[in-house]
Amino acid sequence: MPIEANGKVFETDEEGYLANINEWEPAVAEAMAKEDDLELTDEHWDIINFLREYYEEYQIAPAVRVLTKAVGKKLGKEKGNSKYLYGLFPYGPGKQACRYAGLPKPTGCV
Amino acid sequence: MAKAEFEIPELKEYPEIPPIQPGSMAHSKPFVAKNPDFMEPLGYPAELVDNWQEKAIEHMGDLLGKYRSLQVFLDACVKCGACTDKCHYYLGTQDPKNMPVARQDLLRKVYRRYFTFAGKYFPKLVGATDLTQEVLEDWYSYFHQCSQCRRCSVFCPYGIDTAEISMAAREIMDRIGLGQKYCNEIIGKVFKVGNNLGLPEPALADTLEGLEEDVLDDTGVEVKYPLDQKGAEILLVTPSADFFAEPHVDGLIGYGKVFHEAGVSWTLSSKASEAANFGMFIGSYENMRRISLRIREAALELGVKRIIFGECGHAWRVAYSFLNTLAGPFDFLDPNYPVPQHILEFTWGEIQKGTLKLDKSANDHMVVTFHDSCNVARATRMGDEPGGQFTIPRNVIKAVCNNFVDMDPDTIHEKTFCCGGGGGLLTDDLMELRVKGAKPRMEALKNVIEEHGVTNMAAICAICKSQFTKVLPYYGMGMDMIVSVHQLVSEAIVLTGQDTGDDDEQEDSTEDAA
Repeated sequence: MPIEANGKVFETDEEGYLANINEWEPAVAEAMAKEDDLELTDEHWDIINFLREYYEEYQIAPAVRVLTKAVGKKLGKEKGNSKYLYGLFPYGPGKQACRYAGLPKPTGCV
Repeated sequence: MAKAEFEIPELKEYPEIPPIQPGSMAHSKPFVAKNPDFMEPLGYPAELVDNWQEKAIEHMGDLLGKYRSLQVFLDACVKCGACTDKCHYYLGTQDPKNMPVARQDLLRKVYRRYFTFAGKYFPKLVGATDLTQEVLEDWYSYFHQCSQCRRCSVFCPYGIDTAEISMAAREIMDRIGLGQKYCNEIIGKVFKVGNNLGLPEPALADTLEGLEEDVLDDTGVEVKYPLDQKGAEILLVTPSADFFAEPHVDGLIGYGKVFHEAGVSWTLSSKASEAANFGMFIGSYENMRRISLRIREAALELGVKRIIFGECGHAWRVAYSFLNTLAGPFDFLDPNYPVPQHILEFTWGEIQKGTLKLDKSANDHMVVTFHDSCNVARATRMGDEPGGQFTIPRNVIKAVCNNFVDMDPDTIHEKTFCCGGGGGLLTDDLMELRVKGAKPRMEALKNVIEEHGVTNMAAICAICKSQFTKVLPYYGMGMDMIVSVHQLVSEAIVLTGQDTGDDDEQEDSTEDAA
């Protein structure tokens, strides 16, 4: 199901993940969030931006613990846990946030 | 991502056998592997071949010739009905095609048509049917509603193993170009990157480094999580979910602490950075073998003397039951230890030797129950006594927790219920099946919560842990109820030299480190 954002059409796979990560732009995340009835705040963007940076370096989404630690360092210890992340992304930071960030879906027993 | 568009089963005080609802799950199908990259690296055609019917029969004949058991299972059923109410997917979905005998019959009726005298000449008399498009669709749907947990086979008087029939059906479908996206994409990643996640070596190294920092912050002790360390005594092969997800990673932290205190040298491998072997789920000997061989290669390259498997259900089946034939002989390993060994066997051994200092009160805020993983329970053993796969995990839990309660005896040990996500079904496109299939386990869990105040359920399988994390909230329970067994061990271990000063002091040191 392709997704429309910023007047353009973006190809996605069966599960709604962006087909080509290089095509990503912030409007894609906004459009995907809108479909989930979610409004992206600065807190969401902090996570999305971190995911993209990490992916650029390692070609994979960060492990949950790597993510929570990074969030804790940046935003304060009380936010460095998966409860905080699930609060922002109810379908799970690993999957929902990755999708908004244009990253491929993490596969395996996760 | 849709919200739940299906009815969540109601949990009862006593298990009830529900009335049938024919066709209620006919719509449930996982995504087909349409991308050639998910098929060709596994040796399968990129898409459904033109003469798929002819090919499917040919492949069925091939499997019948290779696996005598398959033919026995297809011939032996007397329709006694003992299996009909034993499958969690039937109990949760009420679809009669999820009764194990009906699932088997989907393959059996085609087998009879093409491979038996009566079926060739008098098909109607023996319930034999042609392999039609409709039958193929049923295969794809209902052989992906079997988690190959083998609970039904425990109750079958002939020991018919539906898992083996499901595996054969999936292998036939793969060979004609009809593959399941979830499993096949993952196997491709194992070949390409080394693990199910597609976690490359630099990311793995970074993640492990992070764990070392965390443990140091928490305890003041330098516990190592080594990667590709040549000459180490032990190679630990663990599911890649242990690096990535919660509560899996808390188990990995525990393995490291146990090795540290035991004083053995160990290493993970970036080549064999995955214990899981989805080749088994798709019934493919070739793929299962290729995946297994990485472990052998890694063990040889690193020069280890022992191989230990982390908490992963089906990996332990492949390791315990098949590894030697798939990737052996392991004559280069130390024969004084089991080849391979389970991490729980190792930890239990150390507990018995008294090398671990354990403070059980660290887990006093929990009342723990244990979920036997299907593959561990019904296809393997631990230790050197019958039933060790049941007693050793419980012994370890009881050694590190003061409060342990078992669930209903009909739902544990060899009668354990699948988590609902095993056998290559742990994918979001099968969420309805996963939620409904979890019902019997959720029911037993809810009862011990109400009767005994259970707060947490421990598991020793990456799939079970992820599945429960996902489905518990559907039943009104918290996703963080599920814990790794070695997470409990990790909490209770007092490391040599660990800072056990008063709380204030610990707070300070953690803050400084952060």
